[in-house]
Amino acid sequence: MSASAPNNELGAVPGGSAVLRGHAWTFGRDVDTDLIIAARYLNMKTAEELAAHLMEDADPEFPQKVRPGDILVADENFGCGSSREHAPMAIKGAGIPLVIAKSFARIFYRNAFNTGLPILVAPEAVDGIDEGDEVEVDLSTGCIRNLTSGKEFEAEPLPSFMQELVAAGGLLPYLKGRG
Amino acid sequence: MPMTITEKILARAAGRDVVEPGDLIMARVDFCLGNDITAPVAIDEFEKAGFDSVFDPERIALIPDHFTPNKDIKTAQLVKQMREFSARHGITHFYDVGRVGVEHALLPEMGLVGPGDVVIGADSHTCTYGALGAFATGVGSTDLAGAMATGQVWFRVPESLKFVFDGELSPWVTGKDLILYTIGNIGVDGALYMAMEFTGSAISGLSIDSRFSIANMAIEAGGKNGIIAADATTRAYVEGRFQREPVYVESDEGAEYARVRRWSAADVPLMVAKPHLPSNTQPAADLAGTRIDQVVIGSCTNGRIEDLRMAAEVLRGQKVHKDVRCIVIPATQVIWKQAMNEGLFDVFLDAEAVVSAPTCGPCLGGHMGILAEGERAVATTNRNFVGRMGHPGSEVYLAGPYVAAASAVAGHIATPEQIGTRRAA
Repeated sequence: MSASAPNNELGAVPGGSAVLRGHAWTFGRDVDTDLIIAARYLNMKTAEELAAHLMEDADPEFPQKVRPGDILVADENFGCGSSREHAPMAIKGAGIPLVIAKSFARIFYRNAFNTGLPILVAPEAVDGIDEGDEVEVDLSTGCIRNLTSGKEFEAEPLPSFMQELVAAGGLLPYLKGRG
Repeated sequence: MPMTITEKILARAAGRDVVEPGDLIMARVDFCLGNDITAPVAIDEFEKAGFDSVFDPERIALIPDHFTPNKDIKTAQLVKQMREFSARHGITHFYDVGRVGVEHALLPEMGLVGPGDVVIGADSHTCTYGALGAFATGVGSTDLAGAMATGQVWFRVPESLKFVFDGELSPWVTGKDLILYTIGNIGVDGALYMAMEFTGSAISGLSIDSRFSIANMAIEAGGKNGIIAADATTRAYVEGRFQREPVYVESDEGAEYARVRRWSAADVPLMVAKPHLPSNTQPAADLAGTRIDQVVIGSCTNGRIEDLRMAAEVLRGQKVHKDVRCIVIPATQVIWKQAMNEGLFDVFLDAEAVVSAPTCGPCLGGHMGILAEGERAVATTNRNFVGRMGHPGSEVYLAGPYVAAASAVAGHIATPEQIGTRRAA
């Protein structure tokens, strides 16, 4: 981080440009990885192929409806279930730059950092965003603005170790750097 | 400072005397694994990052079990990638069809994982090995790539939850019922990021296979790991099998737990988890009348020899209901042969069930028993999410092998008692 960068708690978030703006797609709690990308598609492993089936079992039209830049907003325990890294890959492949949730399942949380999908834990924001709302997020500060309602929310700061991983450019560069 | 079994294993792997919940550690990996879904992505990441060798070719297992025997061309390509990577790096624990089994049954059976180990696997049910007193947890493909290259993985030391089951189990009740009962009580994120330690006299009395079922489903409560300290049952299983030196660890007196839950084992009935969450549980006896189309007996949760014996006990002399397809999947080649030699296949075939080659297959809606729209299955597997076993309009009810077999006979959800099965002496 350069000396002129703003001092903030959140730090950079992997793969993200600083400010994102997009429309929200909202989901309930316990969105599992089979819902994000069904196992019948796991014979494929490119983001593009997987994105064509994102959230298909929740809404068969979702892959056609979602637009690059749209943001996923979900309740608790997003990404529960399997360890498939294909889930964050499919989300990224659809051009979704960010997931905001009240909480994330453990393996999904690791996978998001490892694959460079920004995720934010922000329970109040989740309650304050409706489907279709336009949302602006500053990844460098964790500030979430609902442009439709005019309300503002703060995401929980990233744990310092996650900031280190991000600064290193992801898990594998981090491990390589340790020698 | 007193520590839990999970903390002690992680401290040792981090080269520290003490760790406490919340600590971030780099841990030595004793063993790591991936399957035909996750390993190909790990191999891509490994190669993209420019690693040119693995940390130890004897401590990596690449197990093509999910879509094998290869269900289509794309799957065949994935397995070929694993086969070639294994050959290139001298990875000995790559097993093809004819040798392969469901990973979380195969690795303990072969003695590749054991007490005191830190194991990571790019499969969420890696937590199964906690039944042997190991710390084992699921990770993604990139974490596996990192571990294959460096033999290291980062962890946040988890808080521990203790679940105590005391007393005697009711007839027909198994480890599967105990874990469904637990998940039903605490919810699918009731143990999020935490270690789930199981103890008490009822746990001590469980077979190793029943313990595998319990540890296997820790992830379904969001747990980082499930763990049962090794005892005489564990030692009997591990001795002469485990290929490294076991390290027997147990929780210290006075170790701290985020929460302790204590239940009487006798209060746990035969359980079923209804669609579409493993926490959506109800006693099996209450669900009679729920018509079914298919039964699957197998998986990393319940595809071991004891599970097949239980199913056979119920199916012996019976016929699978005319409207039901019953698919039995022994989890490994060794289990398959043992079941065959014990005459269990005669029981299954006479009952008009089918016996499949070892595979994860239908558990994840891969192949070998996919459900159509509106169809309903009882499965001894571990997840009943929307579309898990096929069409998004199909349903999966999770149960143990006794209920699965009884339901196959009845044509609806049933307990062995409800179909008149008598307990073997």
